[in-house]
Amino acid sequence: MPTLPREVAGPVPGAGAPHPPRQPDLVQLLTPEGRRVEHPGYAIDVSPDELRGLYRDLVLVRRWDTEATALQRQGELGLWASLLGQEAAQVGAGHALAAGDMAFPTYREHGVAWVRGVDPLHVMSLFRGVDNGGWDPVATGFHLYTIVIPAQTLHATGYAMGVQRDGAESAVLAFFGDGASSQGEVNEAMIWAASFAAPVVFFCQNNQYAISAPTERQSRVPLYQRAAGFGFPGVRVDGNDVLAVLAVTRAALAAAREGQGPTLVEAFTYRMGAHTTSDDPTRYRLADELEEWALRDPIVRLRLHLAEEGLADEAFLAGVDAEADDLAARIRSGTISMEPPPAVSMFDAVYAEQTAPLAAQRAEFEAYRSTFEGAGQE
Amino acid sequence: MSTETLTMGKALNLGLRRAMEDDAKVVLMGEDIGRLGGVFRITDGLQKDFGEARVVDTPLSEAGIIGTAVGLAMRGYRPVCEIQFDGFVFPAFNQLVTQVAKMHARTRGRLSMPVVVRIPFGGGIGAVEHHSESPEAYFAHTPGLKVVAVSNPVDAYWGIQQAIAAPDPVIFLEPKRRYWEKAEVDLDATPEPLFGSRVVRRGDDVTVLAYGPMVKTALQAAEAAAEEGRSLEVVDLRTLSPLDLDPVVASVRRTGRCVVVHEAQVTLGMGAEIAARVTEACFHSLEAPVLRVGGWDVPYPPARMEEEYLPDLDRVLDAVDRAMAF
Ligand SMILES: Cc1ncc(C[n+]2csc(CCOP(=O)(O)OP(=O)(O)O)c2C)c(N)n1
Repeated sequence: MPTLPREVAGPVPGAGAPHPPRQPDLVQLLTPEGRRVEHPGYAIDVSPDELRGLYRDLVLVRRWDTEATALQRQGELGLWASLLGQEAAQVGAGHALAAGDMAFPTYREHGVAWVRGVDPLHVMSLFRGVDNGGWDPVATGFHLYTIVIPAQTLHATGYAMGVQRDGAESAVLAFFGDGASSQGEVNEAMIWAASFAAPVVFFCQNNQYAISAPTERQSRVPLYQRAAGFGFPGVRVDGNDVLAVLAVTRAALAAAREGQGPTLVEAFTYRMGAHTTSDDPTRYRLADELEEWALRDPIVRLRLHLAEEGLADEAFLAGVDAEADDLAARIRSGTISMEPPPAVSMFDAVYAEQTAPLAAQRAEFEAYRSTFEGAGQE
Repeated sequence: MSTETLTMGKALNLGLRRAMEDDAKVVLMGEDIGRLGGVFRITDGLQKDFGEARVVDTPLSEAGIIGTAVGLAMRGYRPVCEIQFDGFVFPAFNQLVTQVAKMHARTRGRLSMPVVVRIPFGGGIGAVEHHSESPEAYFAHTPGLKVVAVSNPVDAYWGIQQAIAAPDPVIFLEPKRRYWEKAEVDLDATPEPLFGSRVVRRGDDVTVLAYGPMVKTALQAAEAAAEEGRSLEVVDLRTLSPLDLDPVVASVRRTGRCVVVHEAQVTLGMGAEIAARVTEACFHSLEAPVLRVGGWDVPYPPARMEEEYLPDLDRVLDAVDRAMAF
């Protein structure tokens, strides 16, 4: 557990504000102790198999995440943006999507990528610096990661406008963070989506920080309440409760498909790790806060629930752990052996129709490179 | 005389501190610059010493940072804005180009915009997408903005103070891959003017022009060339708008050959403007066309390919060879 250096006098304004464990407006279906509670607006029927499937996904994506952090530390990745603590928000949202739906992630939605069937190695290649993400956005229904905050929220809205014109029965899920909510583009996306009743759901993972800035620096009202100002519903869900996230997001996507327009879902969660592997959170947040949130761990609560209901025995849990280790091993070996494509390929996909000047430059590049061949240079 | 060995990052930090001590109207604004001290720690410790009103951890919005800087400047403040990475300046592009740049002209000088926009720029640190861009030409193309690119701790220390004291908006480009390079900085020296270029190595055969991160590369190339008996003169341009080409012209008239180096894509980069001007001023002295070495005309590639994209010593020497062989 990181401790604060001595010279830090007090928390940033708002950082120390209590994160109330019980909020009347928070949709929760599983308490942190793993007890199933009902919510009048969000009844959900999940089979034991589905519950076990959710548990498996939570464990696997956390294991992937842990392995990725280790690989970064060992120099195999340039960077890693950890999802630690946000597994339920992402796995729940991912499972709410139907096959024909489309998701627009930020750079942290590895859990959604996993549920959409994106090969983890295609995400690792981005963080290894081999490509900008190796998957096909259309085939997977999962757009490439967007690093410039929050450009993808407008793309999602436009995609939803296309869905609308096609008369298709699908919806779009736009991910963004609490920090991103301050950008003009998020607000523009919401105005457009509301204005055209576009079938898009805005999914904000409020993990309490934008690097070092607490959510209070971005919003003085609970984020989900902003939706009212745009003229569509907003709901805050316990982001560490995979069932509640699934139920709330599923309902919002269904409403979008039915032509009711957008919803803002605020998944209230916590970034348990650093912002990325380049970050040092001990500079801006207190250890107590982490301890408090550790008690609301998304995996522990589902495991407690499964155990209590007799839905998972030791063999099942051990099986999931073994599967996680296998996944980690596959990710490790796949990542380490991943090479960048030939450098000349950087000239190849710039345009759909190659231009003469760029083709000439490509030839110049190859001619220049060839002067090194056989000259004892690399 | 007090001389200290400083990294470029620390030199900037001290320069900012001194500017804040000198003028109570200096206000720093940016994402994560206060409590965290900035992702590169350039503003480390400043919020603790100057308070949250003068070192502002802003909401996450670059248009907000630059747009509010305009209002603060109208109110007599001197905002020093940090854009976290080069690739994130574009949400603020509208404010910079349509407002900051034009305010002095459109108010016929009634309002000035002493706004500094610090941008860590350029590649070479193995970063993910949008963290290695070189956007200088967009700004140099915009009348009303001044653009400087520092290459070493001494210029960083003095340059940031001079930029803050300047009455016009200054885009202040910091070569992030050189943040950790050290040099002796005389904290009591009389600084060179901000908007001037400088010959940093004397030579007779070819004049090599560079700025920001490429100055070091050009100097390394000059070192390597010297071993082969070739003498390169290296000019650190330092300021990109206004350009200060007098030392360049004097140099090229002597050497007859000129190579411009930058990380930015070569097409319509700074090198294009410089080549045109050098050709106009030195036409009769030139033994070869002015050659440009820059990034290829492709989006900045993924980190494991960046070495193939970025100009390095070999590419500079290759251009030198071509200039000599012409
Ligand atoms: C336009 C833009 N500005 C700044 C950044 C640098 N940056 C990367 S992540 C981040 C914080 C994002 O916070 P939030 O939206 O809450 O998402 P989180 O990272 O917490 O998931 C910042 C400032 C960026 N990527 N894009």
